[in-house]
Amino acid sequence: MAEKSRKPGASRKAPGVGKKPNTGRAGGRASARSRGNAKTPDTLLLVATRKGAWLYSSDGSRRQWKAAGPHFLGQIVNHLVLDPRDRRTILAATSTGHLGPTLHRSTNFGRSWQEAARPPGFAKAPDGQTGRTVKHTFWLTPGHASEPNVWYAGTSPQGLFRSEDGGNHWEPFGAINDDQQYRSWMGREQDGTPDGPKLHSITIDPRDPKHMYIGMSGGGVHESHDAGRSFAPLAKGLEVVEGFNPADMTFHDPHCIRLCPGNPDRLYQQNHCGIYRIDRPSDEWVRIGRNMPGRIGDIGFPMVVHPRNDQVVWVFPMDGQSVWPRTSPDGKPAVYQTRNAGKTWQRKNTGLPDNQAWWTVKRQAMTADAHDPVGLYFGTTSGDLWMSRDEGQNWRNIARHLPEIYAVETALL
Amino acid sequence: MPWRRPCYNPRVLPMRILIPTPLRSYTGAREVEACGQSLAEVLLDLDRRYPGFRFRMIDEQDKVRPHIRVFINGEQTFDVQHVLQPSDAIHIVQALSGG
Repeated sequence: MAEKSRKPGASRKAPGVGKKPNTGRAGGRASARSRGNAKTPDTLLLVATRKGAWLYSSDGSRRQWKAAGPHFLGQIVNHLVLDPRDRRTILAATSTGHLGPTLHRSTNFGRSWQEAARPPGFAKAPDGQTGRTVKHTFWLTPGHASEPNVWYAGTSPQGLFRSEDGGNHWEPFGAINDDQQYRSWMGREQDGTPDGPKLHSITIDPRDPKHMYIGMSGGGVHESHDAGRSFAPLAKGLEVVEGFNPADMTFHDPHCIRLCPGNPDRLYQQNHCGIYRIDRPSDEWVRIGRNMPGRIGDIGFPMVVHPRNDQVVWVFPMDGQSVWPRTSPDGKPAVYQTRNAGKTWQRKNTGLPDNQAWWTVKRQAMTADAHDPVGLYFGTTSGDLWMSRDEGQNWRNIARHLPEIYAVETALL
Repeated sequence: MPWRRPCYNPRVLPMRILIPTPLRSYTGAREVEACGQSLAEVLLDLDRRYPGFRFRMIDEQDKVRPHIRVFINGEQTFDVQHVLQPSDAIHIVQALSGG
């Protein structure tokens, strides 16, 4: 089947990738410094683009990067995720312009891929009724650490799916996909983002596999305490576009929701209408984006949390005025950082273009590693890959001229 | 992939099917044989031998995907229940979709 074996031009194993994982690392979040003289883990970047996928590898210093790819050349890859539980399984959400969507799985860092036997698909509609069709899988989330083969997927049009066999077979969640209330909040296929409404930000509480959050663009933020059998909105405090009713979930548009690994009761959200924080058990979001510089605003797509410090997050503002240009404001790209949970923000653009750079960063295309200091990475809509080895103080380019970058994930090996 | 014979029913003759380039990563050939008394059965036969093939061109509602076209003896069909004759020629093509 497609991509089952390595194709001409496809990558061999990248140096440093696939080696036996280092010991002494707990849950991917242990500080390198805290391990004394232990070797710093190698770093892997997983880059998904509109026309294929690439893996970039480096040692712990993150000074030199080696590219491996393209994988799935010409195919649309919306997300590429390495399983943090075994640190060797990669799932890729793929589709093409002509064919239906599917998923591929590799356990050897992309030397070979196996296609899912049953990719995410909606339940077949009864005779005489019109059913929905998955256009693409947009988001992949590995399950809880206690459920080693469980994965979750969010699709466009919006649907939530679960696999219990490492991504080979996928089952729909009726509580979201077929519920009339949720279907009305999702809107039609023409509603939401330009290339289709998306279910995203599937987030599992590291303390409880049954506790999860999802984001729906549009449709809002929702929470489940029973492993997805039922969901409830979590929208208090969130604003909607002027003139619409915030009590109607249809008008809510969370762009990216992230839970703090260092404090699972704290979540941050980049929304269509601002940047927010919530501290559970409170059910009210606080718009911390009000503290961003007024000329920049607090509109954007990605949201990145520090792997250990719940006070620190990074965003990538974009121009959300008038017709929503979806570019860096004034053509001057910059990351903004807070180190006090949103009270104040600092511009971090050293090394980035000073002007005339009209790209931006999609919601899955910015991430952080778990090194100390934290490495930050983002991929642009113009196909450039940038990184910072010092938590955003300085930026440098890793790769140019890739296809439009849809997602960037990182893992320590 | 181990070779699998196209027909599991010896009384049904295989028919020839032209495969478009996006699906040849499954079949490994531009033309293959398959059996069935309807288009649906032929596609199941193909999927049995080339796992994953069917879902890439037929969606979960059993509809031909928007950018795939199926021609039987030169006539386009969107009906997967289309009844076939052993002499029928099936062409699966990717739609011209521009861009």
